[in-house]
Amino acid sequence: MSFFSDPRWGEALAHLPDYLGNHVRVSVTALALGLMISLPLAIAARNRRAMRGALLGLASIVQTVPGLALLALFYPVLLALAALSLSWFGIGFSAFGFLPAVLALALYSMLPVLRNTITGLGGVDPAIREAAQGVGMTPAQSLFQVELPLALPVMMAGIRTAAVWVIGTATLSTPIGQTSLGNYIFAGLQTQNWVFVLFGCLAAAVLALAVDQLLALIEVGIRHRSRLRVLAGSAGIAALVAATLVPTMSRSPSSYIVGAKTFGEQYVLSALMSQRLRAAGFSASSREGLGSNVIFEALASNDIDVYVDYSGTLWVNQFHRADIRPRAELLAELNVMLARQNITLLGELGFENAYALVMPRQRAEALGIRSIADLAAHAQGMSMAADYEFFSRPEWAGLQKQYGLKFRAQRQMQPDFMYAAAGSGEVDVIAGYTSDGLIAKYDLVVLDDVRRAIPPYDAIVLLAPKRANDEALRAALAPLLGRIDIASMREANLRAAGGDGASSPDAVARWLWEKIGR
Amino acid sequence: MQRSPLIAFAHVGKSFAGGRGAQAVRAVDDVSLAVAEGEFLAIVGGSGSGKTTLLRLANRLIDADEGEITVEGEDVRSVDPIKLRRRIGYVFQSGGLFPHFSVSGNIGITPKLIGTPADAIAARVDELLDLVRLDRALYRDRFPHELSGGQRQRVGVARALAARPRIVLMDEPFGALDPLTRDALGDDYRELHRKLGLTTVMITHDMTEAILLADRIAVMRSGRLLAQGTPAQLSRSGDAYVGELLRTPRRQAERLNALLPRDGAA
Repeated sequence: MSFFSDPRWGEALAHLPDYLGNHVRVSVTALALGLMISLPLAIAARNRRAMRGALLGLASIVQTVPGLALLALFYPVLLALAALSLSWFGIGFSAFGFLPAVLALALYSMLPVLRNTITGLGGVDPAIREAAQGVGMTPAQSLFQVELPLALPVMMAGIRTAAVWVIGTATLSTPIGQTSLGNYIFAGLQTQNWVFVLFGCLAAAVLALAVDQLLALIEVGIRHRSRLRVLAGSAGIAALVAATLVPTMSRSPSSYIVGAKTFGEQYVLSALMSQRLRAAGFSASSREGLGSNVIFEALASNDIDVYVDYSGTLWVNQFHRADIRPRAELLAELNVMLARQNITLLGELGFENAYALVMPRQRAEALGIRSIADLAAHAQGMSMAADYEFFSRPEWAGLQKQYGLKFRAQRQMQPDFMYAAAGSGEVDVIAGYTSDGLIAKYDLVVLDDVRRAIPPYDAIVLLAPKRANDEALRAALAPLLGRIDIASMREANLRAAGGDGASSPDAVARWLWEKIGR
Repeated sequence: MQRSPLIAFAHVGKSFAGGRGAQAVRAVDDVSLAVAEGEFLAIVGGSGSGKTTLLRLANRLIDADEGEITVEGEDVRSVDPIKLRRRIGYVFQSGGLFPHFSVSGNIGITPKLIGTPADAIAARVDELLDLVRLDRALYRDRFPHELSGGQRQRVGVARALAARPRIVLMDEPFGALDPLTRDALGDDYRELHRKLGLTTVMITHDMTEAILLADRIAVMRSGRLLAQGTPAQLSRSGDAYVGELLRTPRRQAERLNALLPRDGAA
């Protein structure tokens, strides 16, 4: 199969109107908001040295915050504001997706606009400013008829920089629930779909270049007093915005929104649920690549309708419980705690995706290691790898306490590379995920947690408060409950990591349904 | 012949804050000066003499610290500075034209600010282009960067006259021009001053130019008014600095007379 006949290009293209449209909308709104804030500020600061310094300093600090962190920070802030607004004024708003993305990106766009506007206005010849005064202009007339027009070329250069930054950074708004071209990149990275990654990067780059060139046309038009060029550039921008509005207006709002976190299994499961909903005659869309903390709040505030979480994750992260209970007991108590937030625990899918200590089968057999208790005796001379959060999670503290584990070295790794590292012997033990297909691929073995240091991680389907009594939704998803065993999920995950045409979440979800559906 | 003064400065003073920690600079120090209606007054002085400050006080580009300034009989402090500037023509050092406005846009700016209809402005622009001897069709739509220095200054004069002011203030208007252009423009302006019955205050550092164009000359140094009067009156002044200023044009005239035969080609 040649590179370009790969069916994933077609699949990527099918998402383009939605992803591109959302990307343009969030970028343009953010840029417009950024301009509305920074232009007046820059104008007000032009004759005030102290204000100028403070503004530029503040904007520079914002710029040093990594884009992903800035976007992620806005979510909890808005969530708190939304709760305040609801309790004080009775008006709630969604802290999910569009709003935090727009605010963070607007903040990000401010530095080049502020700097170039201040520089541009400062560069106007004082003799010209005095002439404006001398012919009888008011300060406002001088500003709008003389100073701003003369500073405009420099200001436009700043606006161009801001536009390119915003369009690039907007790809990072996917994890806070704003659909963007970043959906390709996040999904592609998680499911090893390099076609998607490449497609997303190319689309974002082409969009940024196109907008930059249109703005450049306007800038040149202003410089050379060519009304035609200014009009052509403005018309191009307007056409771009209008074109992205058409698909949203023509498409009926989807009735169900299915959420997915940032890893492969979640993409497959969300695709599976969307397929079931469509098979039952509903329309469904997905919000993928959501951060672990974002997705639960999004469900609780009805921004998404349904998603799959894991009992242990909620137990530890959401409800901050450190005690470990048997499966059934934990699920029952979780059910009660979720019900207090009006969230429905629809049921378990039938498999667990728990943290587990994993090592190569041959080595384990050679050393006679079957459980973590056996491992503890050998740990002193071994190295261990885990994902970025494991060593700060209560599971690790529990393992250390229950088994007295102490390794020679501990390393943090991107989960995708962890299994290969264990397979090649680069590390001796990894903290893997039980449902991961790579366990079988690299001939690894899961060590028994005989002292139950790690809580159960049953995959469970959660429904948003407003869907609590939605019988149609329950009926459509019921065939999935209890049907996905660990072997099926592992194989599905292995397929999703396959990196070929059959590895798209949709294709894998269809395969999974074939396997379990009858 | 005593005419009522159109601009009068009475014991006017103005200081500027010096740089960090430096002493305040006394730019204008107790100056009293009257400009009669229809008069062409030149203020002569070196750089830092306070002559430009004095001019700017008249249309309130800056405000005086002490003393009283009246324009057309009114105390300028009681007049809206914007309205005051719109009825006083002002010609800037090197034109001060707005680079993003065409010639007609520059000339028509003050009428536009006071709400004159567009067709009336267009007619007035053409009339003024004739007045400053620029071809209407050729120059109307040009931009300042497409003009020579002399042409720019002609546009500057036209702009100052656009709203039919009675008073024109000129800040070294011909200083940056080549001698021929300068001479022609000076004569042309002098003629306009007479024809339109203007009252003109011109700043210059060139005593020769002042003698040739102005009715009366005021000499300033270090913020103080040293002397004022017609060239003949000034030459009787006992002030050493005034004498020194007058010596240059006199010596130039004598040498030119000696060097250039009277019946020559020029």
